[in-house]
Amino acid sequence: MFFIIAVIVLVFLIIFQIAKASEYVAVLKGEERGRKQQNKVNGFLMVGFLVAGLIGVWWCNELYYPKTLLAHESASVQGEKVDSMLWITIIVTGVVFVITQFILFWFAYKYQESDKRKAFYFPHNNTMELVWTVVPAIALTVLVVIGLRNWFTFTSDAPANALQVEVTGKQFGWIFRYPGKDKVFGKKYFRDIDEQNGNDLGQIWTDDKNFDDIVVTQTMYVVKNKPVKLIIGSRDVIHDVGLSHFRMKMDAVPGTPTTMWFTPKFTTKEMKDRTGNPNFVYEISCDQMCGNGHYSMKGIIEVVTQPEYDAWLAKQKPNYYRAFPDKDPSTQPATPVGKDSTTTAKAPVVKDEKVKL
Amino acid sequence: MSNEAVLHGSHVGVPHHTEVHHDEHHHHETFITKYVFSQDHKMIAKQFLITGMVWAVIGGLMSVLFRLQLGYPDSTFPWLEDILGKWAKGGRISPDAYYALVTTHGTVLVFFVLTAGLSGTFANFLIPLQIGARDMASPFMNMLSYWFFFAASCVMLSSIFLETGPFSGGWTAYPPLSALGDASPGSKTGMDLWLIAMALFVVSSLLGGLNYISTVLNMRTKGMSMTRMPLTIWALFFTAVLGVLSFPVLFSGFILLIFDRNFGTSFYLSDIFIGGKGALPNEGGSAILYQHLFWFLGHPEVYIILLPAMGMVSEILSTNSRKPIFGYMAMIGSLFAIVVLAFLVWAHHMFVTGLNPFLGSIFVLLTLLIAVPSAIKVFNWLTTLWRGNIRFTPAMLFAIGFVSLFISGGLTGIWLGNSALDIHLHDTYFVIAHFHIVMGVASMFGMFAGIYHWYPKMYGRYLNNTLAYIHFWLTMIGAYLIFWPMHYEGLAGMPRRYYDYSIWESFKQFIELNRFISTVAMIVFAVQILFLVNFFYSIWKGRKVTSQNPWGSTTLEWTTPIHPGHGNWVGEIPEVYRWAYDYGKDGHEFIPQTQPVGENESHH
Repeated sequence: MFFIIAVIVLVFLIIFQIAKASEYVAVLKGEERGRKQQNKVNGFLMVGFLVAGLIGVWWCNELYYPKTLLAHESASVQGEKVDSMLWITIIVTGVVFVITQFILFWFAYKYQESDKRKAFYFPHNNTMELVWTVVPAIALTVLVVIGLRNWFTFTSDAPANALQVEVTGKQFGWIFRYPGKDKVFGKKYFRDIDEQNGNDLGQIWTDDKNFDDIVVTQTMYVVKNKPVKLIIGSRDVIHDVGLSHFRMKMDAVPGTPTTMWFTPKFTTKEMKDRTGNPNFVYEISCDQMCGNGHYSMKGIIEVVTQPEYDAWLAKQKPNYYRAFPDKDPSTQPATPVGKDSTTTAKAPVVKDEKVKL
Repeated sequence: MSNEAVLHGSHVGVPHHTEVHHDEHHHHETFITKYVFSQDHKMIAKQFLITGMVWAVIGGLMSVLFRLQLGYPDSTFPWLEDILGKWAKGGRISPDAYYALVTTHGTVLVFFVLTAGLSGTFANFLIPLQIGARDMASPFMNMLSYWFFFAASCVMLSSIFLETGPFSGGWTAYPPLSALGDASPGSKTGMDLWLIAMALFVVSSLLGGLNYISTVLNMRTKGMSMTRMPLTIWALFFTAVLGVLSFPVLFSGFILLIFDRNFGTSFYLSDIFIGGKGALPNEGGSAILYQHLFWFLGHPEVYIILLPAMGMVSEILSTNSRKPIFGYMAMIGSLFAIVVLAFLVWAHHMFVTGLNPFLGSIFVLLTLLIAVPSAIKVFNWLTTLWRGNIRFTPAMLFAIGFVSLFISGGLTGIWLGNSALDIHLHDTYFVIAHFHIVMGVASMFGMFAGIYHWYPKMYGRYLNNTLAYIHFWLTMIGAYLIFWPMHYEGLAGMPRRYYDYSIWESFKQFIELNRFISTVAMIVFAVQILFLVNFFYSIWKGRKVTSQNPWGSTTLEWTTPIHPGHGNWVGEIPEVYRWAYDYGKDGHEFIPQTQPVGENESHH
């Protein structure tokens, strides 16, 4: 460590001494001559930077393009539109980038100080200024039109046949709720959250719509080619459901539910083949700073076929039975429902009708 | 002949006017009134600059530390524990420390370095000198502005030493995370100090801003009409307007946050259950309200940072191309358009918060509209270079670097401003790359350009050119090496503000790239130390300035003595007869603003 510091300090001292010496030399040689030499060197470096920079941009692309999502087809139908829009934007901005950077460094090199040239007094030109106001405006209008068409598609209502899943973020994990056979989510209220008794979401047990709701953590199952609508909320601070493979993202805000829908195109198994990565999973990344465990707030989406999904769903028990194990028909088939007085006492009483979905 | 004599001895000294005071009242200056509680705008500018530089070093060092974690997540560095103690147990930065570093880095760089350090320095230094005023409208308020900033700095610095650590919820400080100490240890006392520091900072910024505006509007010398002002002044004027109109909104957001934190209100809080603590009593608040209030400053803030750099770059490009700035009126017009639009685009930071999609679409339109004035500025800068006679002074190099970075970072704004793409790229490394290039590094380049250009006016000496060239080229190359590849990480969906990516199947493929970026970041940080050495060494030992107007510039600051006293001009303030950009006109190398228009002079 000290060795490294010593080396760095030494290098600094050497650079500093060289810099001082070159200043003395410049003064002795005549400042004007020294300045002109430096000007030539910097002019050359300008064009050198341009060439090296453009090669660097190409090389960086060679190295890292395969590691981005662009190298693979989007895993959702909506994501295809994101990708095509991304490509149009890349082309438009890429062309502008190359042209303007080229002009900048080329001009800097070409018009470096020379005794032979006088600067051209050129304070303004209305035609030129009009052209480069109108042309970008037109290009941007095109991009805005494409963008807004997609935006309204993405934010439109989900199709009626969409699978509905409620996603709730908490520090630092995800809770998923399926509406069960009645396809309606039961009401919930944050004061009814009771983790000891299996009520992580604050489901209100007096609402019978809650009786068949299924609650799972960590992994969410959805069906290939079937739109899925996420109803997103948070239990504590703001989180974000980030689905990079589906090109989707939506914040989870406490007190204000948000929604997002998409149609998965490939099952997890298919994606393992497509990406060539046997460990591939669809990950839900929290994309909004939510505390010191933010980086570990991971969820999994398992995309499966309809039969696989049905089989998985059949194995899930409603959360009601986790809260009230004695009412679970599979464990106590003999006991009639609702007779046990201790259970009724345990059920929280709803005091407030101000319930949010 | 000794080395010193080589640098300073061989010139015929131009008479120095430091001892001659400008007018009748000869006030006695003590060390305290001259260097500490100074009311001279030039000294206040230097105070802002040096405080800003201290913060830049602290903020930069913080980024080196957290880049160490990102580049070497599996390694341990025992010396880190020696420095940071419990924040780096076993030689690895803890997540708490990582998030505290990231947050403080962001806050400090955005507000203390690139707002106070940049517009604080150059608005103070240049406004009176370039418009022909003896000082600011209220020198006392100006002094207060600095000392409020200093107080803010002290409070922010002290928060680093708290047992629960400084605030660690990101520089945007979104509640509920920032409101609830139970949600994150950094949101305990650290957040209180953060809010106090920011409140003091807002006061500083308002005192400064009001002063800048009134000075520009009221104290211009005879003949200095608004359309004869250099573009630096226009940019600094618009910056002050932006700040005065938007900082109070941020302040109101902070007040509500203070109430939610300490007095049991529910402006931002609703339906919250904290694990291990239980349900909170708050109901009915909206967490999104804070984001609206924050970004109503937060977006103009980007332009508060960028506009002074744009102004200085315009001035420096024109001076060193020996050509007038192309399209002066279009430059003012585009600045004005940016200022107006800056207030109308804030919600583009909130496309994925569940914002009404129709409202979002309006913000898409207005956001992409900003690209038009930005494009005008870029093309005008390029045309300014065209057929010039370019002198690559260090300031000019940084100005050219600024234009390059502004193009690179500005173009990716077109991606992010389009909500349908933002859904994919929001809060990924793409955003990090975008704003660091366009706002962070570009403005830093503008600041460097300004320092190199006006250093002779500030200290009467030059910075060492060789060091300056090394500084420029390594920083330029380094900036691109650090931030360009981050676009690719963003295109892989890699989220920002992650302490460790190794558990993520989707993002762990970039470990080597992260190591590379971290290594370059450390080298670039070391190069900045070269600049610091150059800066402080040259204050006392640099080559002396021997001509009043070393860059052959037209503007008024170069008509003052080499070491201007408090009051700037000896005798009368010069009168102005023309705009600031008569370079290369009618065969003249340049015509100062103070020279009356000749009879046969062509009209532009």
